[in-house]
Amino acid sequence: MQLAKVLGDIVCTRKDDNLVSLKLLVIQPIGSDGAAVGRTLVAVDAVGAGVGETVFFVRGKEASFPFYPVEAPVDAGIVGIVDHYDVPAPVTAR
Amino acid sequence: MLLARVVGTVVATRKDPRLLSTKLMVARPMDPRGKPEGGYLVAVDTVDAGVGETVLIVSGSSARMASGLKDCPVDAAIVGIVDVVEVADGD
Repeated sequence: MQLAKVLGDIVCTRKDDNLVSLKLLVIQPIGSDGAAVGRTLVAVDAVGAGVGETVFFVRGKEASFPFYPVEAPVDAGIVGIVDHYDVPAPVTAR
Repeated sequence: MLLARVVGTVVATRKDPRLLSTKLMVARPMDPRGKPEGGYLVAVDTVDAGVGETVLIVSGSSARMASGLKDCPVDAAIVGIVDVVEVADGD
């Protein structure tokens, strides 16, 4: 799973039947310092995340598991909203 | 999933039998503001998208979960036509 920031949302009227009523959000993967890493992508939301929140998401077929038994055609899904995270600074030799 | 713009179509006479009667499109991934990024890809269209439209593409093994693509040899499928992309300014 990866950390990401929610940038926005998208609206699709015409879509796969198994995507109906799912929320699609634009997210930007981030590093431990909060800086953007890699490209933005669209992820389906399983936890009620909103724009501006830090979340973690899963890639691949597993993204559809929160909607089981519906087989939603999704390859990225938000599975948690991050309250806070801690990454201690690396210890450097002196 | 990726946002992409449909830029063309693909015609293939000789192909895997499980791809018969599928519609193949050439798409160019883009960022939420419409700037193209990365290379072109061929995707099976399951929602009747047209050239010039912004679409949602699912890739990898999840593409086989799109409508009508069970057990098909595909790794990219167009599963939605995007009406609006809303992103906050300044990000």
